[in-house]
Amino acid sequence: MTARIQVPASARRGEVIEIRIAIQHPMETGFRLDDSGRAAPKNVVNALVCRYNGVEVFRAEMGSGVAANPFLSFFTVAEASGELVFDWVDDQGQTGSERAALTVKG
Amino acid sequence: MTQKTLCGGLLAVALALICVAGHAQNAAKPQPLKSGLEFTGPEVRDLQRDDFANPGMLWVTRGEKLWQESAGAAGKSCAACHGDAKTSMRGVTARYPQFDAARAGLINIEGRIQQCRERRQQAEPFKYESAELLGLTAYVGQQSRGMPASVTIDAQMRGRLEAGRDLYYRRMGQMNLSCAQCHQDNWGKKLGPETISQGHSVAYPIYRLEWQTMGSLHRRFRSCQSGVRAELSPQGAPEFLDLELYLAWREGGLPIETPGVRR
Amino acid sequence: MKKTSRRRFFAGLMAIAAWPTVRAYGQASTESVDAMVLTVTGGAKVQTGRVKLELPPFADNGNSVSLKVNVESAMTANDYVKSIHLYAARNPRPNVANFYLGPRAGRAQISTRVRLGGSQRVLALAALSDGSFWSATADVVVTLSACYDAT
Repeated sequence: MTARIQVPASARRGEVIEIRIAIQHPMETGFRLDDSGRAAPKNVVNALVCRYNGVEVFRAEMGSGVAANPFLSFFTVAEASGELVFDWVDDQGQTGSERAALTVKG
Repeated sequence: MTQKTLCGGLLAVALALICVAGHAQNAAKPQPLKSGLEFTGPEVRDLQRDDFANPGMLWVTRGEKLWQESAGAAGKSCAACHGDAKTSMRGVTARYPQFDAARAGLINIEGRIQQCRERRQQAEPFKYESAELLGLTAYVGQQSRGMPASVTIDAQMRGRLEAGRDLYYRRMGQMNLSCAQCHQDNWGKKLGPETISQGHSVAYPIYRLEWQTMGSLHRRFRSCQSGVRAELSPQGAPEFLDLELYLAWREGGLPIETPGVRR
Repeated sequence: MKKTSRRRFFAGLMAIAAWPTVRAYGQASTESVDAMVLTVTGGAKVQTGRVKLELPPFADNGNSVSLKVNVESAMTANDYVKSIHLYAARNPRPNVANFYLGPRAGRAQISTRVRLGGSQRVLALAALSDGSFWSATADVVVTLSACYDAT
């Protein structure tokens, strides 16, 4: 699963920063017919967690109402230099993970 | 009535009306040339212009990784021969399709990537609409972003250009419509909630909201064929390459936008 | 959501929907959004306000509609937004997404892109740390593609 993350490379301590993530995934609804006319089984990225230096700062539960190739933007307070780790899983149990480094000044 | 017949019916009625009311424009190129972005809503424009939010960038990222990966019996990556795509691929997409001596016919970017894969990497070619081929095509295309489409028509290609033009003006399908009747004679007019575009190829491959994925120019051709209820040609078909060449000539000067976003 | 508001909602839709549509992928759900909201609130009162829900009034395509939700909150250790829930009643599965945040979010704002199975009113519900619940709605008209695409 290809994914892209946008985190500022550096921030001031206490600064509220925007985090963006996009994941390449069809978010199959289960209502769509495949080429042979059968309903393609539902398969969506149903859970995504973002941990900042090991502490959960954001969690999403998603259903088939989230668009294909899911995109999320949320915020967090820059507290200390370290790492943001993203983990997600789809209905078929396939997992994905990405990480981004953040430098906090001051 | 299903949604499909309703849509088809509305399309037929709307086009019948504009074809009666409209007059045949003989100019071979739309004046002035306008990107498809100018016929979309602000949401689609914003999506394309934001390099992170643009979902097509996921395919570009995939292509960028593939560019570095060794593949096939030769164990070579694209980068092993071509180096940094940012310099070696700059302007390449803007000059395609080209005449390929080995095939004695036209070749587009997808075809060139496949040719490299088979001959240089000695690897299995990708499926035409695969995420891999779309990724590499989008990554190579992105290197020409902002450069004007500038295909060169040499003596060998003139016949193909004529064939492409013939196809562009040929009526087809149960609706008996040509490409030109929508995209040359009636661009800028409303068709249901949409505005008919000039039908350029400079943003391909595109992320189309209707498809919920990235798709090739030839997939778009197939969409139009299905819209007018014509038989669908396969991706990579010779007639599609002719049409691709004609579009490249017709849109000459418009900047490349890859990866584009459309509704 | 009581009957009156639903009737008003449909009246509003009739007035503005030049291209009302039911998407190909299924019927509107019979699952009640009210019941889903109840599982979140446990019956507590839901107040209107503090939540700002932004969607385009006309969506180019129901497959991907940008959505932004923002909740007015100090986002301190004692006063913060715990979760945000999104519902689209005309979707086959109305509960679009649930987001869990906390004081470390700094700002209770989420952006995403959603699927909408036809023109409808979208609901955002926020659960706050003080036990209160707040909501906002936004109406979206989803337009249909003019050309049939079998690819």
